[in-house]
Amino acid sequence: MHTIFLIIKREYLVRVRKKSFIVMTILGPVLIFGFYAIIGWAAVSSINQKKIAVVDESGRFSGKFKNDDETLFSYPKTSLASAKKAFVKQGYDALVFIPKDVIEYPKTVQIFAEKSVSLALQSNIERAISKEIETIKLEQAGITQRIIEDAKVNVDAQTISMSETGEKSSNGIATTIISGFCALLIYISVLIYGTQVMRGVMEEKTNRIVEVIISSVKPFQLMLGKIIGVALVGLTQFMLWIILTTGLITVGSSVMGQKETAQSAMTARMNGMPGQQEVQRKMATAKNPVADVMKAIETLNISMIVACFLFYFLGGYLLYSALFGAVGAAVDSETETQQFMFPIMMPIIAAIAFAQIAVRDPDGPLAFWTSIIPFTSPVVMMVRIPFGVPGWQLALSMVLLVVGFVGTTWIAARIYRVGILMYGKKTSFRELSKWVFYKD
Amino acid sequence: MNILETHHIVKQYAQHRALDDVSLSVPKGSIFGLLGPNGAGKTSLIRIINQITAPDSGEVILDGERLKPDHIKRIGYLPEERGLYKKMKVGEQLLYLAQLKGLTEKQAMEKLKIWFVKFDIKTWWSKQVEDLSKGMQQKIQFVATVLHEPDLIILDEPFSGFDPINANLIKDEILELRDSGKTVIFSTHRMESVEELCDHIALINRSHKVLDGPKRAIKEQFKTHTYHVEYQGSLEDLPAAFDVLTTRTTDDGFLRTDIKIPPDASVNDLVRQLLDRVAIRSFGENIPSMNDIFIKTVGEASE
Repeated sequence: MHTIFLIIKREYLVRVRKKSFIVMTILGPVLIFGFYAIIGWAAVSSINQKKIAVVDESGRFSGKFKNDDETLFSYPKTSLASAKKAFVKQGYDALVFIPKDVIEYPKTVQIFAEKSVSLALQSNIERAISKEIETIKLEQAGITQRIIEDAKVNVDAQTISMSETGEKSSNGIATTIISGFCALLIYISVLIYGTQVMRGVMEEKTNRIVEVIISSVKPFQLMLGKIIGVALVGLTQFMLWIILTTGLITVGSSVMGQKETAQSAMTARMNGMPGQQEVQRKMATAKNPVADVMKAIETLNISMIVACFLFYFLGGYLLYSALFGAVGAAVDSETETQQFMFPIMMPIIAAIAFAQIAVRDPDGPLAFWTSIIPFTSPVVMMVRIPFGVPGWQLALSMVLLVVGFVGTTWIAARIYRVGILMYGKKTSFRELSKWVFYKD
Repeated sequence: MNILETHHIVKQYAQHRALDDVSLSVPKGSIFGLLGPNGAGKTSLIRIINQITAPDSGEVILDGERLKPDHIKRIGYLPEERGLYKKMKVGEQLLYLAQLKGLTEKQAMEKLKIWFVKFDIKTWWSKQVEDLSKGMQQKIQFVATVLHEPDLIILDEPFSGFDPINANLIKDEILELRDSGKTVIFSTHRMESVEELCDHIALINRSHKVLDGPKRAIKEQFKTHTYHVEYQGSLEDLPAAFDVLTTRTTDDGFLRTDIKIPPDASVNDLVRQLLDRVAIRSFGENIPSMNDIFIKTVGEASE
């Protein structure tokens, strides 16, 4: 037991001290934060209230434009010429000119701005004017505002996912994004860390240090030590990413002084507490895309997803890294790995294909079976979890995954112990299957 | 007293039998030469002693006890194919390897200091292994082999890759280890180092042990009862019982003849005959070299 700990320590320290590890650890959160910052910035800048001067020659529009979070209208009584000269100095972002005969000639409305006006603002103004003109024309035709209001029926469908903890509003797109992200992260990390194990084994074999080591420890201990050491490297990286990302986002939010994000970060922390429904309802009224996504994320059981992610990462990693380790032991050089890599890669790549189907139909038979079978379950089950998975399916999938990695580790260890001492021989699958049944 | 005994070791691989009924005794405090042509089974035997593989039948006794996992601490092994972690620092690597052999970090550190002074390699501590020359790496590996002060040290071709100066350094270390009561098994093709160092030898050929015992006894066994004499004159009328094998002229104009004496004759008889006939410059017995013995034994078997 002591020696296996020594091996884990070495494998861990050697990798964690590498420059590439440090670079990736810092770069990961910066990328995630950068992505977040762009969304946040876009949301903030669109919320930035724009001051708009309206020069209304027709006299019909005074006070008709609605002020909201995004725009503030005022109606200076000046001529167009003087307003054009002064509106920038007076702190207006744009100037809207409505001519006298706007009702007859609606296309004569003009918008002036120092910088170009955003499409959203332009369409806002256009909509307001056309609505007003519409109202005026309807009134001229004898239809009052009251009739119009009565005729309007607002249908705003809200998707609600039913669960034992009660109804929560959910956002299909956000769930899809999260499940896809988790699945992809599992896929990538299993590949990255699996190949790290393979390279580590090959390094020991081609360096010929393996004979010295296994005169001190059992081959199985060496293999297991390496697998666990690399797994810890992976977990360390995830932990650092989570810590750094949360740190960056917290700092970033306070720097941006964005109320909305602070609020949602707070509600995220209060997840599951009483009063959350109310906050959510309040949030639902906010017409902010970031808030929408944040709200959707809050409705998901984040701690459950993180726990499952770690389990499926570890399970999937153990299952595949043992096989990668066996490949490393079976070959003499990097080029020889190709033929053995292929059958190992197949199920992982297939899992990503199944995952795309599972995103669309998380409870379909294909999603069900591939999330139960150990070789694809780490990826596919991660897709399904954010959508909600029955407990028994999750339990079955987890148990089978454990059985699966114990099985692959056993087979891999038997190939490994023979392979590491074989030099200069091209190995075939036939040969490998024989090794499994060799006596010690 | 034997530090190591193997009893009837058999090791079968899929297509061929690497070791067949190999029994050896390695006396404590000896330098034991494990000889044999390529593919004879030496490495298989060494791997069994190191518990890298297990024999199909037979047993290994280390210092009176059946081989058990804990024994790896008492054995130091330098494989023929040397290897170290290239991207690891020398000091860290040696500490790691020593700890795998059961030393604590503190013990390993203390012992390492002594070796670093002894080999004058203090400045190498924080160098990466890949920055060292091949010879330097070999030295590091030798230190790794003996650092945990094993009772039995197994060296597979220890001198390959060393220049003569470093080879001498290692040779002195081997002798010093022997003098301090350790046992050294070394496997090699280089007969001159066997001649120089070994007290005991065993010769393995085609999975079988064909020869073993003290070097002196083996040489005795391979004696051909031939003598050489350098002289001036003629030996043509030597009695027929004395078999003149070859005669040649030396560089400085003397004749040199190899003579085989009959079993019932003594060396004195031969000398007496010689004195009557020629002016002797030198006289001596032809003692078989390890090289001769090796070639004779292995060569005969392959015929």
